[in-house]
Amino acid sequence: MNKLFIRQILIALLVMPFSAMAVGIDIQLDRAPDRSHDQAALQHGARVFTKYCLTCHSASFMRYNRLRDIGFTEQQIKDELMYATEKIGEPMKVVMRRADAQRWFGVVPPDHSVTVRARTSALGPGEDWIYTYLRSFYRDPMRPSGWNNLVFQNVAMHHVLWEFQGEQVLEGDPSGKTHKLKLVTPGKLSPAEYDNLVADLVAYLKYMSEPSAGPRKEVGIYVLIALFVLLAFAIVLKPGFIKLEKRP
Amino acid sequence: MSIANTKLGGLVAWIDERTPLTATWKSATRLAGYYAPKNVTFWYLFGTLAIVVLVSQLITGIFLTMHYKPNTSLNESGIPLAFASVEYIMRDVPWGWLIRYLHSTGASVLLILVYLHMFRSILFSVYQKPRELTWLLGMAIFIGLAAQTFVGYLMPWGQLSFWAAQVIINAFSQLPFLGQDFTIWLRGDYVVSDATLNRFFSFHVIAFPAALLWLLIHHVPHTVKDIRYFLAFLIVCVAVIFFRPEAGGYFLEYNNFTQANPLQTPQHIAPLWYFTSYYSILRSITYPLFSIDAKLWGVLGMFASMLIFALLPWLDKSSGKTIRQKGPIFKLALALFVVAFAALSYLGTVPTDPQRLLLAQICTFIYFAFFLLMPIYSRMDKPRSNEGRGAR
Repeated sequence: MNKLFIRQILIALLVMPFSAMAVGIDIQLDRAPDRSHDQAALQHGARVFTKYCLTCHSASFMRYNRLRDIGFTEQQIKDELMYATEKIGEPMKVVMRRADAQRWFGVVPPDHSVTVRARTSALGPGEDWIYTYLRSFYRDPMRPSGWNNLVFQNVAMHHVLWEFQGEQVLEGDPSGKTHKLKLVTPGKLSPAEYDNLVADLVAYLKYMSEPSAGPRKEVGIYVLIALFVLLAFAIVLKPGFIKLEKRP
Repeated sequence: MSIANTKLGGLVAWIDERTPLTATWKSATRLAGYYAPKNVTFWYLFGTLAIVVLVSQLITGIFLTMHYKPNTSLNESGIPLAFASVEYIMRDVPWGWLIRYLHSTGASVLLILVYLHMFRSILFSVYQKPRELTWLLGMAIFIGLAAQTFVGYLMPWGQLSFWAAQVIINAFSQLPFLGQDFTIWLRGDYVVSDATLNRFFSFHVIAFPAALLWLLIHHVPHTVKDIRYFLAFLIVCVAVIFFRPEAGGYFLEYNNFTQANPLQTPQHIAPLWYFTSYYSILRSITYPLFSIDAKLWGVLGMFASMLIFALLPWLDKSSGKTIRQKGPIFKLALALFVVAFAALSYLGTVPTDPQRLLLAQICTFIYFAFFLLMPIYSRMDKPRSNEGRGAR
């Protein structure tokens, strides 16, 4: 009886501090579809990235020839993806000078090599953040660029993919919970097609943030199997109980 | 005896005739070697595993040093070389990602093992006479490891690297008399900068590892060897390294994938998880006492909370040698302490608010009460007799 009572108190004490700790979150991120194994999607994403993003955003840790990972041939990379660089072993840099970018946008567009990892937060994984961000631009006459974003208020970037998505406007107060984005001018793509385009781009950005993630998991499975086999041998052959070995 | 063993014996004898190798080894471990505790269980494994991980840290560290550049100047894409060199290791160095994840996971795993090892010490009162010195050497290793991981955390030169270093170094400046001068010496500058990164790199790869190894040789009284536990431990580590290397942002924090920016303070700064309990204590002390600033009390509280473990041999008056033999008061106190430690650790990772602050203050009180009241409650306790239980 007494023992049980103490145990109950201990469990209550253990749980208590953690119960009051939930964090209030304002933005709800949409889930980016997982396309990390879909080579066509990754390739499409790479094309979108090099054509639309790479004019301002570098990916200076990502070498062009690494795109062979996702199924491109060297010739394809040279012909279809490299706009500014000459050598295939070079990383994805931008031509724009940093000082110019600072003057034009007020901020240098960040390098996107590891953005997906860096954007992971209490809100959710980084890929979800970017997926939601790229679909949350709306018209805002108060901003110098004419655009604002629900996920990243007053962002300096304008809506680069606007001709695909069209123009959205914000209905309701962005700080309240009633706000909603409404498409007023349709773009070249339907909303579903635009979501698909962004999903492919995000899949590519996720791949680029850790190109070794694929091989990592593959190798991990073999290492685990090997260790489990060794463990099985160790248990069956019983090399002995814990031994205390004194130093001489 | 196998032939190999005889041959090895011959080799040792051959070396002994010509060098003081064995004698040095024996004299170095003489202090600790005598006093191995009698009741060795599963709990005794963690110290040995910690040595294994430490060796892994040394080896992976050698290879990381080959490619890492402790340099904060920006490359042509506007990225600090230190930050870029870490990503270079992750992408362009063959198997670099594995070496880096081994090292980053190893740091956290090492601290987990050290905490379990310390918890074991309290469970079995291993620090009681005559092993006080072994305990103090162990405490020195703990402080050394804390320093080592602290300086190591600056290496990736990400946002949290920079700002966590900024906050903790500033904590030193609150100390009276030499505080200000010491922090300037520590940083080599008035702000965390290239000079800071370079001296932290030097500490991280030379000074602290050397000191830790020296301490370790004098601390380790014995090792536990059981291949099954080693393999089980490795399986857990491998699962983390290959499938969840960030461990949900606890082993590798997401904000640290953003390069350090001295002009942009992150909304929320927290040290790595293994320091967050002490960081919570620093934040929770908000009352000025005896006309001393609350900030200074906070800093003193933080350092005291790490150093107070060293007093355990003189605080613990209980007679039971294992937790089973100890009385209910000690068990309850230890359980409360574990809860307080875990809660403080969690609270240190999240932004504070009045409710959390109160909770942190209560936990800080429990934390120190566990140690300071120990001479009283451990004497009051009625130890259970050893019959039929501990004897195996």
